[in-house]
Amino acid sequence: MNRLVDMQDALSQATTLEEFQTFVENLRDVYDLEHLVYHSVNSTGGQYAALTYKPDWVERYIEQDYARIDPVVQGCYRQFQPIEWKTLDWSAKASRAFLGEAGEAGLGNQGFSVPIRGPSGQFALVSVNHKCNDEMWASFTSERAADLLLISHYLNEKALQIEGNPHRGPTRSLSPREKDTLTLLATGANRANIAETLKISESTLRVYIESARFKLGAANTTHAVAMALTHGLIVV
Amino acid sequence: MIRYLYADQLLAFPKLRESMLKDRAVQFHQRLKWEVTIDANGYEQDQYDLLNPLYVIWETAAGLHGGSMRFLPTAGATMLNDFFSHLNGQPVSDDRIWETTRFCISPNAPDGSRVAALLMLAGAQLGVGLGLSHAVGVFDARMIRIYRQLGWPPEVLGTEGKGREEISAGLWEFRPELLAQLATKAGVSKDVAAHWFARAFGLERTMIAA
Repeated sequence: MNRLVDMQDALSQATTLEEFQTFVENLRDVYDLEHLVYHSVNSTGGQYAALTYKPDWVERYIEQDYARIDPVVQGCYRQFQPIEWKTLDWSAKASRAFLGEAGEAGLGNQGFSVPIRGPSGQFALVSVNHKCNDEMWASFTSERAADLLLISHYLNEKALQIEGNPHRGPTRSLSPREKDTLTLLATGANRANIAETLKISESTLRVYIESARFKLGAANTTHAVAMALTHGLIVV
Repeated sequence: MIRYLYADQLLAFPKLRESMLKDRAVQFHQRLKWEVTIDANGYEQDQYDLLNPLYVIWETAAGLHGGSMRFLPTAGATMLNDFFSHLNGQPVSDDRIWETTRFCISPNAPDGSRVAALLMLAGAQLGVGLGLSHAVGVFDARMIRIYRQLGWPPEVLGTEGKGREEISAGLWEFRPELLAQLATKAGVSKDVAAHWFARAFGLERTMIAA
């Protein structure tokens, strides 16, 4: 439950790209995944990556310019919905050979990527990779997709912040549903009642609470409500 | 049928693309008299078409444009934040809110109100399927009646102008239970909408259990 909050604490402390890299490695361990990759390209073509692949695979990938044929890169970079690797087109001979080589380099057979459009034409891709059967992977992604979306956007914000992106706003505003959720929590309503009032499930409600807490940098739900009240983000 | 196509994917369907851009010229330039740019081909395009947006298009049996709308994530550049942020007082930038623009019905569509219903259904299916919380968009006073008739009016964030000049920014909440209601209005089954989505995104189930 509080893994997201723990991660947020760790992420908020990162001030250098090295610390960001360490965070990405820890995140991979927390989720017990084979690999985790953050890759950013800004509007002038400048690139930055934090990833857990073996250095010789990264070197090989760059040397061979595999981005040209990598279905994940080709499939994700122009889009913006999360993508399950299985739905990409791996049928070309070059793609299959690439897949074989990636497997030898320690990549798992399953993957999921979150493309992000950032400010001023910046673009990022967060990918998770794992070795397991389809059933286990489906259960992981259905359970963790919301977390992954959230964490992907925070990774991007943090990377932009470390790089000193001047276009970043000072604070993130709460979304309408996050405001509704915190407002109702502030009135003392319990989660079941709130979910009913907002006509959403309790699991969806949890996502809103977690993301509001994340945005506010709050330690727990009560702290998030208190912060939202003091900052005038919600009115009870 | 409904197609979900990014701009680069739409290039593989030239008839569909060209008829969409011409229909947009008719609706936004000729009818609504918006200050939009029409090129030498008679296509209406703006800078957001260059950002590889996602189009939701109703394709006719002849392979032509029957109606469409356009989506972009609010974490990147959007029309609302670039031109209409005064309507809302603050920019909207959230990973679970996408902007919808250029809601267009072909002048050749025999039943425009049904196409509108189909598009709203396809938009709702998109948001529910991808686990988004809301769509945000700027719309004019004429549209609110259509949204109400379909049972999916937006929450108005702000309004300016009077009468025919009135425009508003609004938020549409994605709720799974909308799908059945919109499907009924559109005259198709909910399963058909799920199929459109699965065919485009290869996902049989929703990304986030709502």
